[in-house]
Amino acid sequence: MVTLLDGLSLGAIYALIALGYTMVYGIAKMLNFAHGDVIMVGAYAIFTVFSITGNPVIAFIVSIILCVVLGIVIEKLAYKPLRTASPLAVLITAIGVSNLLQGLAQLIFGTEPKSVIILNKLGSVEIADGIILNISTIVTLVLSAIIMIVLTLFIKKTKTGRAMLAVSEDKGAAQLMGVNVNKIIMITFAIGSALAAFASLFYLIKIPVSPSFGALPGIKAFAAAVIGGIGSIPGAMVGGILLGLVENICLSIDVIAPYTTSIEFGLLILILLVKPTGILGKKIREKV
Amino acid sequence: MAPLLKVDNIEVYYGMIKALKGVSFEVNKGEIVALIGANGAGKTTILHTVSGLLKPKTGKIVYNDNDITKTPAHKIVTMGMAHVPEGRRIFQQLSVIDNIKLGAFTRKDKNEIEETLKYVYERFPRLKERKNQIAGTLSGGEQQMLAMGRALMSKPDFILMDEPSMGLSPLLVSEIFEIIKAINENGTTVLLVEQNAKKALSIADRAYVLETGSIVLSGDAKDLMNDESVKKAYLSE
Ligand SMILES: Nc1ncnc2c1ncn2[C@@H]1O[C@H](COP(=O)(O)OP(=O)(O)OP(=O)(O)O)[C@@H](O)[C@H]1O
Ligand SMILES: [Mg+2]
Repeated sequence: MVTLLDGLSLGAIYALIALGYTMVYGIAKMLNFAHGDVIMVGAYAIFTVFSITGNPVIAFIVSIILCVVLGIVIEKLAYKPLRTASPLAVLITAIGVSNLLQGLAQLIFGTEPKSVIILNKLGSVEIADGIILNISTIVTLVLSAIIMIVLTLFIKKTKTGRAMLAVSEDKGAAQLMGVNVNKIIMITFAIGSALAAFASLFYLIKIPVSPSFGALPGIKAFAAAVIGGIGSIPGAMVGGILLGLVENICLSIDVIAPYTTSIEFGLLILILLVKPTGILGKKIREKV
Repeated sequence: MAPLLKVDNIEVYYGMIKALKGVSFEVNKGEIVALIGANGAGKTTILHTVSGLLKPKTGKIVYNDNDITKTPAHKIVTMGMAHVPEGRRIFQQLSVIDNIKLGAFTRKDKNEIEETLKYVYERFPRLKERKNQIAGTLSGGEQQMLAMGRALMSKPDFILMDEPSMGLSPLLVSEIFEIIKAINENGTTVLLVEQNAKKALSIADRAYVLETGSIVLSGDAKDLMNDESVKKAYLSE
């Protein structure tokens, strides 16, 4: 039970990050491999502001703002000039941005991992007989659920959300409706980065921040997005939670534990063999 | 009075390929103007350039006394121009009503949008019946109606239509042309691209004939219908 709930909360973190990959892919048709490093920057922001002010709420708000601004700046400076370039050029640029962010972090903070003490001291509660849960797990689960519901409603019910779906299906036709595609792409990066800020907070509770903080959850969340079907928003949620559950279950069984990462990526390969577009992925249609 | 749309000697390229070799034409307020020509002549390219999806290398486009040559497509929509693109290009994964709402994307006033919606539903009752259906599951004819209804939702003064009769049964083709006439009588100027030259010329005021990127003939639709070369090239059954 505890293992499952912990797995669910880890899965929620992967899902939040995976949403960033999948939304950007769906709308801008590109893979933003610097996305994991936005999480790292968010975590350092929380660490730094918390060290200065001692206030975790302020620290988190600053982190969200910084991540959103960073996401928008990366899109404007690195990706926007490459809108019509080959996918390979975009990929190389993304790796470049990723290295740049990690290098900067190392320059400013060094390689020593840093943790935010208060987050690790949230304590735990006994929710039923013998079932003891970390408060951090509960907070992660509840907040993630709220975020995903709000995001789903935003996309389904608002004008901007509909415009995002329209752009992801057919950019040209969306423009003919009066949708400013560049603005929608910017909003998508902003939302993805805000979700990454939440992920960095939740992940920071689990492990201290170092320059490579975002690399592992980043790559796993990317796998989760592909498992769920890249471009699909519910897919990212399903993929993330599935991967988190598998990871925690494997880690809880001693004989399997050392092979956890292999099993996760084995799962990725297996699902792609059975359904190449991922669990909820749609057929990919090329459009002009 | 100045024409509603004046296209002045535009050249459009796809990479190195020159698709339009200096095209000029005009559309006056209230007209239906037809653009006919064989496959690959450049009809779709012209419409894409007018609505801003493509940009001409040289030449000028003036709409409603505004130079829109460099204006992005999403801004041109707000100036009262709508475009029903070739192949319909409805948003297949969204519901009919979501497609229709996207047509009104640039408009703010809820009551006015509601009124236009009523007008569109009157014109296309089928869309009302099927408003919650996923657009991709509509029949070809219904998809064409959705594409037209969606365009009307922006309450355009000027509408571009690219082969609205493509792939439809003869009965439906007649229906679509009736609707185009009605839209025009309601005050909307129409620029119509058609393979079905006979039908297009029968409802148009004027027409232009396009051949491999150049306009080779223009005039009153009635005159063109009786023109020997047009008859031979485009009106043979
Ligand atoms: N995206 C593109 N890239 C390269 N060439 C293109 C592209 N789109 C069109 N062309 C070329 O430009 C020319 C004009 O094409 P266009 O689609 O405007 O013709 P059309 O008159 O609309 O034809 P149809 O009646 O078949 O729709 C053609 O030779 C076509 O091959
Ligand atoms: Mg065409």
